[in-house]
Amino acid sequence: MNRSTPVATTLKYLALAGYLVFLAFPLFWLISTALKTPQEIALIEPTWIPNNITFDNFRAAFDEQPIVRSILNTLLVAGVSCLVTVVLSIPAAYVMARYRSVLSRMTLVWVLLSQIFPFILVIIPLFLLLRDLGLYDTYIGLIAVYVVWSMPFALWMLRSYVETIPIELEEAASMDGASKVRTLASVIAPLLAPGVVAAGLFAFVSAWNEFLFALVLIRDPELQTLSLTLVKFIGAEGVARLGPLAAASLVATIPSLIFFAFMQRRLTGGLLGGAVKS
Amino acid sequence: MSATATDQRPDPADTAAQPRRAKNTRRSFLGLDRDGLILAVPALIPVVVFSVYPLLRGIYLGFTDAQAGANAQTSFTGLENYRNLLDDSYFWESFRIGLIWAFAVTILQFFASLGLALLLNQKLRLRWLARTLALVPWAMPPVVIGIMWRLVYHPNAGILNDVLLDLRIIDENVDWLSSFSLALPAVILVGVWAGMPQTTVVLLAGLQSVPKELHEAAAMDGASVWQRFRNVTWPAIKPVVVAMTTLDFIWNFNSFSLVYVLTQGGPGGETRLPLLFAYEEAFRYGNYGYAAALGNAMVVVIAVFVVFYLRQRVREANAR
Repeated sequence: MNRSTPVATTLKYLALAGYLVFLAFPLFWLISTALKTPQEIALIEPTWIPNNITFDNFRAAFDEQPIVRSILNTLLVAGVSCLVTVVLSIPAAYVMARYRSVLSRMTLVWVLLSQIFPFILVIIPLFLLLRDLGLYDTYIGLIAVYVVWSMPFALWMLRSYVETIPIELEEAASMDGASKVRTLASVIAPLLAPGVVAAGLFAFVSAWNEFLFALVLIRDPELQTLSLTLVKFIGAEGVARLGPLAAASLVATIPSLIFFAFMQRRLTGGLLGGAVKS
Repeated sequence: MSATATDQRPDPADTAAQPRRAKNTRRSFLGLDRDGLILAVPALIPVVVFSVYPLLRGIYLGFTDAQAGANAQTSFTGLENYRNLLDDSYFWESFRIGLIWAFAVTILQFFASLGLALLLNQKLRLRWLARTLALVPWAMPPVVIGIMWRLVYHPNAGILNDVLLDLRIIDENVDWLSSFSLALPAVILVGVWAGMPQTTVVLLAGLQSVPKELHEAAAMDGASVWQRFRNVTWPAIKPVVVAMTTLDFIWNFNSFSLVYVLTQGGPGGETRLPLLFAYEEAFRYGNYGYAAALGNAMVVVIAVFVVFYLRQRVREANAR
């Protein structure tokens, strides 16, 4: 491989360039559209780079009340989902790692199943259930669904963190007379911090990005999450609306970008490689 | 054992090194003692209420005539929904589209990602840029990906038409997402774009586990690039590839958001994936039972792939 010919090298770079264009191009266009004036967007011959860059689209998007409101809604729903997911998952992940019980094995099956079931199978009964419980079209209903939906990943991840903690630590604590619950809270939980952050961020971003559940379970425009509001925007087509739509879309991407910047090494490193192999 | 334990107690720095599993001593309910139950139950309750129960109820719903409406009575109808599904041309159409979409996206995504992963696994300039960009689609909300590609495909304001006009590939603006023949391919391309990062990352991880010495030895013996790929790389990554493409297929077959945002299943149902069909049945026409039956039918298709996937995993485990 060291002695590749100039032709081979050129081909490699051409291929790489092709991939770069394919991957970056749509994003470039989104940013470009977000920074253009309505007049420039409406041009028959689209310009690649905006002639005069403007942030008016961001202002326009925010002036439309629903955007600000739905950003706040989404922050609330995603934030609470994230917290609840983590608080419930830590002890459960601990049990999964430390006990060889039927329950742990059943949980594992559930983690796998939850990856492959068509959502329609749960979403109709969930809709009916939430309606019967009076939780349809409420934050609480949506949050409950998001928590349960993020938990497989959180459990999976935290479980592997617990397994890296030596059992001797717990034995020492129990020798000192601490209960399991106490040991978990004061000895184990602090050591799980990196895993907790990762699982929490994952739960936050999943909730932030989610669309289908929100589409079915939320009707009140006041309660809409950002994904829903963005899709509403499309309906009101018109070339002039494309700028604010692009701007709002970029804003909606920010939390995920932060998450990926934070998680990048772990993601590329082998989280998924491991998940597929293990 | 206890002596070393007290020594190293509060030092998190070197705790990460040695994984160990506890041998459980006292057992009771489901293999958990009292402490175990106290710790597990708070998570179990929401899981059972909002995941396990809906799943079972969803399967059951597929055998009933559940309808929307205040005074709608639900009764068990056995296989009637499935008989109706078999007679429903829309159902067959959406299943056909779903299978085309899932196969096309999975296969194209696999080859595109394999190429990229092979490139990224070599010493090339700009590799970091490609690695970073390869993650971008992954970091975007599906709804934003859909909106972004609508901007690219836009008949007037979109850039795709402009580029293709300049290259003289087309001679007038095309409305990609509204065209009967082009909508599905256009949507498939977006699916590939959105799914490539994950697949590339997994493949890259697989490639990095291939021993370098093997490659060098093969090269020394005069093996061509293709022969080296065929005989060294491929056998090493094959298990990962099978597991990954199976999961990709299942996920693609179950997709909703991307296509909903791009076309809402249009034009004329040309991109109406099974989940979009089920969504319309349930939440536009209120036929809960019928839509749930469609979900069950999807499970049957998926089950075939799951069995395939699990067999592969078992074979892998045995080989180890």
